[in-house]
Formats: sequence, C-alpha cells, structure tokens
Amino acid sequence: MSQPDETTRHTALHDLHVELGARMVPFAGYSMPVQYPMGISKEHIQTRTHAGLFDVSHMGQVLLKGENAAKAMETLVPVDIIDLPAMKQRYALFTNERGGIMDDLMVTNAGDHLFVVVNAACKEQDINHMRENIGDKVEIEVLEDHALLALQGPQAAAVMSRLTTISDDMIFMTAANLNIDGIQCFVTRSGYSGEDGFEISVHNDDAMQLARTLLAQPEVEPVGLGARDSLRLEAGLCLYGHDLDQDTSPVESSLLWALSKVRRVDGERPGGYPGADIILAQIANGVERKRVGIQPQGRMPVREGAVLTDTEGHEIGKVTSGGFGPSVNGPVAMGYVKTQLAVPGTDLFAIVRDKPVPVQVVKLPFVTQKYYRGK
Amino acid sequence: MMSTIKFTEDHEWVVTNDDGTALVGITDYAQEQLGELVYIELPEVGSEVEKGDAVAVIESVKSASDLLMPVSGEIIEVNEELDADPGKVNEDALGAGWFLRVKLADEGELDELMDEDKYMESLED
Repeated sequence: MSQPDETTRHTALHDLHVELGARMVPFAGYSMPVQYPMGISKEHIQTRTHAGLFDVSHMGQVLLKGENAAKAMETLVPVDIIDLPAMKQRYALFTNERGGIMDDLMVTNAGDHLFVVVNAACKEQDINHMRENIGDKVEIEVLEDHALLALQGPQAAAVMSRLTTISDDMIFMTAANLNIDGIQCFVTRSGYSGEDGFEISVHNDDAMQLARTLLAQPEVEPVGLGARDSLRLEAGLCLYGHDLDQDTSPVESSLLWALSKVRRVDGERPGGYPGADIILAQIANGVERKRVGIQPQGRMPVREGAVLTDTEGHEIGKVTSGGFGPSVNGPVAMGYVKTQLAVPGTDLFAIVRDKPVPVQVVKLPFVTQKYYRGK
Repeated sequence: MMSTIKFTEDHEWVVTNDDGTALVGITDYAQEQLGELVYIELPEVGSEVEKGDAVAVIESVKSASDLLMPVSGEIIEVNEELDADPGKVNEDALGAGWFLRVKLADEGELDELMDEDKYMESLED
C-alpha cells in the first residue's frame, strides 16, 4: 500500500513523471514511476532498440574526499580502488564480517575524489557504515541536492553526441565532466540495462531542464522502474535485496569477477576488508550454492521465492528474481542452487502454486550485453 | 431474459445467458492496471468452483494476480485461445478476452454484484 505523503520523498523530476502520466509507487522511501502510459513491455523494448530515460535519483550519491580516500575505501570493499585510474569506474561490494554482502555499488575515481553510487534502500546504512569506519580518514559528502538520470539504449550515444561532445575513449565504465546543452554534469558510461548508456549526475536545479531536453530527442522515451527490473534481469544483473543480501557472499553470488586480483590471497594487498577470511577461503575451497540463470521451459513466469527441486523432488535452491523478459519473449529467472547442480543444461523443477514447472539451469545473461568498449 | 453484465469489486465481469450459463472475464480497467499480459493459467473444465475462489492466474510482466470467481458453479468451457495469445485480454477484455463459461449454481448470487452504472461509479472513487 502507498505510504502517507509526509514520509514519501520526491525526486527533482517528480512533477515531470506526473505530467507524463506515470504510475507512481512508493519505493525505498521515494515516490517513483513504475511505468508510463507506454507500459513496461514497450518501455523495455524501447530501451533495447532506441533509448530510454530513467530517473534513478533515489539512489545515493556520495563523494569521498581526501588523499586517503581510495586507501580507506579499500578497507570496506574486496575491490582494487587504489589503482583505479582517474575517470575510471568499478563495480564494488560492501561486505560484512560474515562475508555477506551489505550492498553493491559503483565507485568512480573522479580525479580529486571518489564518486560513489549506492542503492536507495541501503543508502542510510551505507553512509553510516562509511562514516563509522572511514569517517576519520576521509571527508564524506552526501549529494542530497543532485539527481541521477540514466540514458540507456543503443541510440543513447547518438543522443548524447548531439547535445555534448563525447570523446572516442569514453568507453564503458569511464567518466567525464560534460556540459550537456549548457548544463554541467558528471557522466559515467554505465547503467543497469545491459545496453550501452550513460548515468548523469546533475544538480537538482538543472535536472528538470536536462530531462526535458533529453526527452525532446526523437530516440528517447521515459522508462520506469518496472522495465528497469526486466532489463537488468535479462542482462543477468543482480538486484540487491533479492539476488544479493547480508547472508550471501560474493563467491556464492557468482560475482568472483568483481573481486580484484590484488585483493586476493596471491595479490599485492590481500584481504583487509570485512569478512575477507571467509571470502578468501571460499575462493580457495568453493561454496555449497551458486547463483545461476534459470530458464523456465514453458511460457509461465517463475517468480521470486519459488522453491527449486531436482528431478526427484528434493529441494535444492530458490528463485531470487523472476519474471517475463520482453526481449527474450519468454519467462526468465535467476536463483541459487547447490553447486553440483549449477551446470548449464541441468534440468530442475520450480514449484509454482504447488505444481512443479520444468526449468533449466542456463548461462547468464539472457540477452547479450552491449556495452561500448571502444572501436 | 436478455443477457446482462454484472461486476465485482475485484474487477471481474460476468455476463449471464438465458440458458443458465455465464461468461466470466476481467474488466478493461483491470487489464489496464495489470499492463501487458504474458501468461494466463485457466482452470480445468468440469471443476466445481465457489464464488470467491481463485480459479485463474493472470501474469503480467510485473506480477501474478488471481481471477476470483464472481459466482459459483461448474466450469463448462475455458477460452483456450488465451494460451497462445493472452494479449487478447488487453485488446478486448469484455469480448474476445473472456476467460471461462460457468454453469450457474445459484442465480441469486448475481443480485449481490454491481450493475454497470454502479461499477463505473466505483472506479471514480
């Protein structure tokens, strides 16, 4: 149910969403557009074929300042931040003492500071976590007065090139300070749709004008949180609180690629983050369960919470995200299964409304990621 | 008796025939709220159902919801075309997008449902 207005926060683009006819829902304490009149399915396809504009201002934007910022941040994440080159971005995880995941985040070396983006539902926790653990070593500035817009899709770069100058070396996971149609923005070439795209941090005072300028481009339509979810699921990307949580480690969640080599046992700076002993032991010895793609064999969607069984009916895991993939034109899901069954091609059942539905373990993603990695 | 259409608070419709059967579906308002439908699970023909029973599952991109029986009776036919094309409900919720035909157990139950004027009025609240 919707929460009372006084506890629901609005982003700088709230009035625009309402004007565009969005269906607004409470999400992580904010009133957010779940879809526009176009509808989730068409918004999803729009993003895969043209470009979609998402308001993700509910996410937390935090600056870490001071010469020790990178070193301090490394005490909280299993990721190489010290050697992150200027204007490069990296995916990271806040881990807890049990080796579980507190949140997933993006860290950008913005030159004289780190620019950090955390999940909306976790931002209060994350900010407190940073203040408590590294607050004496770095200056932590929460960008309360900034919006975050994501422009995603194969035509996003063409749209941006019309309104600003993007250099050829602005590839996936790099950043730039750009003047977009007269508005100063901090832009990273990233996103969570599996498509090429940009995330644009802009002052609240300029957010409305920027959003209107972007929406005035013929390739761009507004896209809500509903399609954001189906896009990221098809792209095999985790959603915190669903596919990742405090009791799930980066090794279990098949995010080994995000754990930098220099922070592993044989690296230059092994460990040194919460739960490192547990996570490093898991890398060496393996884990009992793994996150995998789950492909339902029929048309029926298999959703979060569905129990997974082996072909003999023994419970062996659970679906953590599931729904219908408009680009795949069929149901898609991911979940956790016993490691010995985490092999593509393994036949399983998902229990949906007390009935077993045939599913298969598949390799993620369901659609090819189309990030721009240079010419 | 001419066929009449009645509605539930949960946005189902029921159209009665003078042979003691009725067609059941969801309203245009309901399909619009749900968005594009991607899968519909229909009940088995021959099953006896009570008013209020969840007999069909309606899956949109985002969520799964139930069709609750507006009346009691025996399911005598289901719209099998919805298997291949659940979008029929989005296109024509009160026509080609019907869900099932039921043999009414108690025509008196119809009196508890809303007529069209009352239903349209309820949507404005």
